[in-house]
Amino acid sequence: MRSDRGQSAPLGLKIAAACGLLFLHLPILLIFVYAFTTEEKSFVWPPPGLTTQWFAVTWNRPDVWEALSLSVRVAAISTTIALVLGTLCAAAVSRTKFFGRETISLLVILPIALPGIITGIALRSAFSLADIPFSFWTIVLGHATFCVVVVYNNAVARFRRTSGSMIEASMDLGADGFQTFRHVVLPNIATALLAGGMLAFALSFDEVIVTTFTAGQQQTVPIWMLEELIRPRQRPVTNVVAMVVVLVTLLPILFAYYLTRDGDQIAGSGK
Amino acid sequence: MSVDVTMPRATAPAILPGSGGMRGALSDLFWRRPQLLLLLMLLPPVLWLGIVYIGSLFALLAQSFFSIDEFSGLINRQFTLKTYGDLLQAANLDIILRTVTMAALVTVASAIVAFPIAYYAARYARGRWKALFYLGVMLPLWSSYLVKIYAWKLILAKEGILTWLFGKLHLQWLLDAWLSLPVVGGNSLSVSFTGTFIVFVYVWLPFMILPVQAALERVPGNLVEASSDLGASPGQTFRNVLFPLALPGIVAGSIFTFSLTLGDYIIPQIIGTSRLFIGQAVYSQQGTAGNIPLAAAFTVVPIVIMGFYLWGAKRMGAFDAL
Repeated sequence: MRSDRGQSAPLGLKIAAACGLLFLHLPILLIFVYAFTTEEKSFVWPPPGLTTQWFAVTWNRPDVWEALSLSVRVAAISTTIALVLGTLCAAAVSRTKFFGRETISLLVILPIALPGIITGIALRSAFSLADIPFSFWTIVLGHATFCVVVVYNNAVARFRRTSGSMIEASMDLGADGFQTFRHVVLPNIATALLAGGMLAFALSFDEVIVTTFTAGQQQTVPIWMLEELIRPRQRPVTNVVAMVVVLVTLLPILFAYYLTRDGDQIAGSGK
Repeated sequence: MSVDVTMPRATAPAILPGSGGMRGALSDLFWRRPQLLLLLMLLPPVLWLGIVYIGSLFALLAQSFFSIDEFSGLINRQFTLKTYGDLLQAANLDIILRTVTMAALVTVASAIVAFPIAYYAARYARGRWKALFYLGVMLPLWSSYLVKIYAWKLILAKEGILTWLFGKLHLQWLLDAWLSLPVVGGNSLSVSFTGTFIVFVYVWLPFMILPVQAALERVPGNLVEASSDLGASPGQTFRNVLFPLALPGIVAGSIFTFSLTLGDYIIPQIIGTSRLFIGQAVYSQQGTAGNIPLAAAFTVVPIVIMGFYLWGAKRMGAFDAL
């Protein structure tokens, strides 16, 4: 190998990288094919025939709608709480240096840095010690806790890029703190908050491990799917729901990428 | 463009009067005492995370020092180390060893699969391709965890796509031979450790790609060129230049792959054998067995392992690559 400028990648590397990306994407695409299969009982490949009847069947299943409605409500409220807490925390951490700043960033990241099962069982044992019955709110409590980090990451990145002199200028021109927030700070961080909010929504919509520990009888969409995976009732319906879930989580992520693509990181790391 | 500048009147006081009203007074107060504003901003998130999260962690930790009464099944709320002793029983040690081995294998495999993708994205992909690679890693990372597992159930099932593929390639014998092996084999790929391993690698792979790519992006291209100009083969360049410089990134990625495998209980439950992993043991101990102290003690294992892991990773400088 010589040091020619502008060389292209060696063939082996190209193939390996392409195979890696295919490995990441083919399984998800496969779900789309299975949503149309005529086979009811097993996972037979290739599908013996294609049909759209399962969409109608799924549409008429009340349990699917209940799970969807619960998931949307939990995600909406958790995202709202996470937006408030994450923004406050990001504003405080990026504005000033103070004692314990590192500890606070760690505190925010910890709920998703530790495995979900630890968060889950910790919350559950706390509920049982405090005699808190499972409800809609116990699910929200867990979800909001790990959603904060996503909003925080997005907001902190944007605050760091927003120059403090704009705030000073606004104050010098006679605006009070609230006006400055409303007309200067908020427009600057709005897209980052929107992106963080969408990611938090996607994260909450998809969360299963913490939810199994904090939910009583209620089923969110992932819990419904988990139940179907362990005790399948009607496989084609699961296929359709899986496809819908992929589409529902895909859109906020693409939108969040679009909002923050110039420079910010949108990774909130994982579950 | 002419600007009409109004000069300030000479009569204006040197110190402006405070803004009027409650809102103005509050605003002035925060301006004069930024510490107060900081405190007010920090209070809600710190209270929430401190009470809900840290509080729960302590509740969990406390429970691991309780024990369960074997006759009544009730929790005995007295300090004891007996529950930790139970962890050392052969069956429980087995679970811990199995999980740690799997986590180590998954980590190594993820690093191997991730490297070419990360290297291509860091060194050769430009502009539109770079964005495509980024989304190509982010979309699977963020798409539904259960759907991904479900997709692999479809692929690995006995009547699924892999069996079909092996049949088409006349390699059915190879698949059968692999499945007949002890430990890694089973009735079908979807009920074997091989299946569990593949799905773990698949699901955590993006967590490895991103930090490795970040580390490789910081390697100047001319280092690689210098190495080959000095006569190193691509293999030597990789071993002596690229790999050592990418290592902090790999260690950073391994924090995720290792920790996530240690704690997961859904993948081995859906795609795997009946032999348990730590997560499954925790789940069944707290659920069906009702033995919360033992479940709590089990969760302390990944926390301690990750504690040492993070300490080692920090010493290797992996946190700078995150």
